[in-house]
Amino acid sequence: MGLIDIFKRKKIEGVDDTMYLTLREERRISKENNKIIRKFEREKNRKNVPEEEYLTQMRDPSNVVEFEDLHTYFFTDVGTVKSVNGVSFDIPQGKIVGVVGESGCGKSVTSLSLMQLVQAPQGQIVKGSIRYQDSNGKCYEITKMPKDKMLKIRGKDIAMIFQEPMTSLNPVFKIGEQMDEVVLLHVEGSTPESAKARSIEMLKLVGIAMPEKVYNSYPHELSGGMRQRVMIAMALSCDPRLIIADEPTTALDVTIQAQILELLRDVKNRINGSIMLITHDLGVIAEMADYVVVMYAGRIIEKGTVREIFHDPKHPYTIGLMRSKPTGETRDNRLYSIKGQVPNPINMPDHCYFYNRCDKAMNVCSRDYPDMVDFSSTHCAACHLYYGEGLQEQNKGKE
Amino acid sequence: MAMEKQNDLNNNYTDNNGSADSVLEQNFRVISPGRMVAKRFFKSKLSIAGLIMIILVFLFSFVGPLIVDATWGYKETQVFKIERNSDMVSKAEFYGPDGKLYTYYDKSQTLVVFKAPPSKDHWLGTDTSGFDIFTRLMYGGRISLVISFIVIFLETFIGIVLGGLSGYFGKWVDQLIMRIVDIFACLPGLPVLLVLSATINSIEGIPAEHRIYYLMAFLTLMGWTGVARIVRGQILMLREQEYMMAAETTGISALHRIFRHLVPNAMPQLIVNATLGLGGVILYESTLSYLGLGVPFPRAAWGSMIALADPSKGQEILANYPNMWVPAGILIVVTVLGFSFIGDGLRDAFDPRMKR
Amino acid sequence: MAIEKISPDDSKNYNNDDILVVRNLKKYYPVSKFSLFKSRAYVKAVDDVSFTIKRGTTMGLVGESGCGKTTVGRTILRLHEVTDGQVLFDGKDLAKIPPKELRKMRPQMQMIFQDPYSSLSPRMPVGEIIGEAVKEHKIVPKSEYRSYILKVMRDCGLQPHYYYRYPHEFSGGQRQRISIARAVALKPKFIICDEPLSALDVSIQAQIINLMKDLQEQYGYTYLFISHDLSVVKYLSDTIGVMYLGNLIEMGDKNKIFSNPMHPYTKALLSAVPVSDPDVKMNRIILKGDIPSPVNPPSGCKFRTRCPYAMPICAEKAPVFKEYEEGHQVACHLYSQD
Repeated sequence: MGLIDIFKRKKIEGVDDTMYLTLREERRISKENNKIIRKFEREKNRKNVPEEEYLTQMRDPSNVVEFEDLHTYFFTDVGTVKSVNGVSFDIPQGKIVGVVGESGCGKSVTSLSLMQLVQAPQGQIVKGSIRYQDSNGKCYEITKMPKDKMLKIRGKDIAMIFQEPMTSLNPVFKIGEQMDEVVLLHVEGSTPESAKARSIEMLKLVGIAMPEKVYNSYPHELSGGMRQRVMIAMALSCDPRLIIADEPTTALDVTIQAQILELLRDVKNRINGSIMLITHDLGVIAEMADYVVVMYAGRIIEKGTVREIFHDPKHPYTIGLMRSKPTGETRDNRLYSIKGQVPNPINMPDHCYFYNRCDKAMNVCSRDYPDMVDFSSTHCAACHLYYGEGLQEQNKGKE
Repeated sequence: MAMEKQNDLNNNYTDNNGSADSVLEQNFRVISPGRMVAKRFFKSKLSIAGLIMIILVFLFSFVGPLIVDATWGYKETQVFKIERNSDMVSKAEFYGPDGKLYTYYDKSQTLVVFKAPPSKDHWLGTDTSGFDIFTRLMYGGRISLVISFIVIFLETFIGIVLGGLSGYFGKWVDQLIMRIVDIFACLPGLPVLLVLSATINSIEGIPAEHRIYYLMAFLTLMGWTGVARIVRGQILMLREQEYMMAAETTGISALHRIFRHLVPNAMPQLIVNATLGLGGVILYESTLSYLGLGVPFPRAAWGSMIALADPSKGQEILANYPNMWVPAGILIVVTVLGFSFIGDGLRDAFDPRMKR
Repeated sequence: MAIEKISPDDSKNYNNDDILVVRNLKKYYPVSKFSLFKSRAYVKAVDDVSFTIKRGTTMGLVGESGCGKTTVGRTILRLHEVTDGQVLFDGKDLAKIPPKELRKMRPQMQMIFQDPYSSLSPRMPVGEIIGEAVKEHKIVPKSEYRSYILKVMRDCGLQPHYYYRYPHEFSGGQRQRISIARAVALKPKFIICDEPLSALDVSIQAQIINLMKDLQEQYGYTYLFISHDLSVVKYLSDTIGVMYLGNLIEMGDKNKIFSNPMHPYTKALLSAVPVSDPDVKMNRIILKGDIPSPVNPPSGCKFRTRCPYAMPICAEKAPVFKEYEEGHQVACHLYSQD
């Protein structure tokens, strides 16, 4: 007995401290997961899918990408993580759409779903659709697209820039080799010579002073800011229609961040593409984006144009985020802070996910998940404060 | 005392932001790290196979002798004289007067008592001295396993202490210990063992039964260097972690920092290393016994059982009595493989990069 | 005994209001151990840095990665040996104090680390992480030990039943609270916060900032707050020092630095911070190029390669760090000319 006690976790009486799953729960979870995963993988691995199955129509032809009711779940050992749980928004041609949220809110998974890069077999797009329109006006349904067809879009039409410029370049190859590879792969009829010319042109485009020298150097010889420029050059080399920038400046210093943001804006205008900018930094969003999508625990809680979001935020979470940034006016008044922790999206409750942390929580908030309320044709938020029962309760409180 | 402590914790502190936390916790459960390791370990079929192999070997060598002793009441050195007739054929060749080659056969029957073939009473027969082979396999396994566990334990202990000091203090301590390690590591193990055991044999004060302990002590002396290197490497890596710096800023003494912060974090690596090492020690022990330098004669060892088939003493056993030496060989292979499989499985299970 | 020995001019200049006086602190790292040539190359991670922190105040240390701000913090606590210079903590020179004495003084000065994931030992329960050093230094009598730890945990917003949990069960914000609790439990006078917020989510950052401020009000801690985030530094600090490539280039009262930044680098840094308002278009100074390598810094003023106002003299000699208005020091040739 004594021996077993050593391995047992010490407990405090009277406190329900069950952090760990029991063995039975664990077995049940993995059994269910296996069943679901197998079903999705079989669907995905079909050969020779006819093109009609993944051709579709855009809702609005001026959009490059449309997400509609996207659900991406991860079937993990501890339960189903609903990373993206019903997300709908559009990325119009030539605009920058900013996606803001805290860690684990599903903003990166949304972009990975678009690239078909969600880590299988655990991660699966369960429901919803992602429509992509290429330069010829053809529309594809990304969620149904076979892997080999996707290769032609990924990296060419949709390019991605990652957070860590250190790890997203291969350290054993020269910059030039890595850039040429992308061009050779995606641009039809390109020769090694034309690829090199293209790469150097792109390096020039991103403001690198000595492109020939950078072309012949290894990633470790460059600074963080330079590497991020190289990543952007690489993303641009195939004339993408959409660039996904996933926290492109988080690892960089402020002065370098300013350079890179300037560059991104400049580049967007030049290629007339769209940018999906994923970040947690409200400042970056305010400066860069045309449209803003605020995500919380896998759902969109508010979206609108950048002015609507920053001048007239509606959702208590958005308001809280804005207020909790120190503006540095005075030292003595306390900084506003949202209480509690960022939720872990396993077994989320049926009610509003922000209920536990919300200042304005009402009874109705603990009952159902709020609907989207429209404030203008572009601005909407999911909160009980603005409709039905919640609105009445709110008014009663005022009287 | 314990109750008092519990009461301390039970006092209901009202916490301003506690409520939000606890609501979330109800929905959020994780798998304990131990279970996570077990889960990854059991995912691999090889590690399960290894585990089964080792469990069977253990049962065979530790429970087996007890059953034999209780049921039939004999031990490894019980001599069985089983009489049976054996045809002895001698032949001679000569050239006849016609210039052709002739063979002369002389067939006679003798009574032999040893080297009985497998039978109902003795499943694998008896050996050249009339011992029951099956029983001797059990006893041989017991001694191999006991020795290997003791050696590995001591090795790891010495390795942790010296490697820990070397990695933590660096500078001249590190230089000194690592040079000692280098010296030990470049000694050729087997030749030194041979010389050593010959020397021990010639010293009169040491009884033959104790010889194996001296050799094992020497094995330990040779083996700790590997562990010390691993511990040092791990510590050099872990030392850069911020929690080590935190421990230094809080002014915790060096010994506590090594043995309460560093070593526990290096433990997974050490367990893997020890498991993989077990097989190696068993091989060493078998080699020594095979050469007649290990466990002394009347006691059983897998190595010395194989040595019966030593071709330099004649081909007869090698060719005609596979029941005497093949089972011991199989057991050695099974045990060493089993430990390797488990070691590999553990390595994958502990490695956080395998987390998927 | 050795610690009492302060050279005469030290004790004369020592002012009891100042908890920490750093004078000409230098920290050089040799680039290669075995150089063929006699003259070794050094990385001057911290090169001649001097500042003073008053009791109960917060000093902010700002700069970009690789500017040596983290090294300053670690060298002050002597986690790295000091190459040259003095670190007077409560009048005792930490740079020369023998290790044994240093260990006894450790509880008085604590550190909160950047990464809440690697700064907590993964194989220790929370209670032990916080209490280990408390036991070792006998901060409280044995009988009060547990209730003391629980009190500290409560102060830092941790629930008592976390006592037996392990760090991996917590989120980043809670881990940072544990890290703060570990520092606070030793009843320190001075805490170095090395980018404690940069790994946290925005909504959690505000909680931790408030926690740190509450603790300061309650117990009168002195903070050295190291960060790259100007808005946070502005919010928390009383004085601010700006570092570039191992040098302090501007230091002064918070309001003076923000209302009247003098050094071109400070100006650029301030203008580069993104503003959370889409209609405010900053008149942004965008610096060209990257931070030069600290192994081979530019001659004269280290900032001249990126400076929009670089003059010939900047390449010749390094500017002197001088006071140009009360409580505002700058190292720049722009102001020393006339």
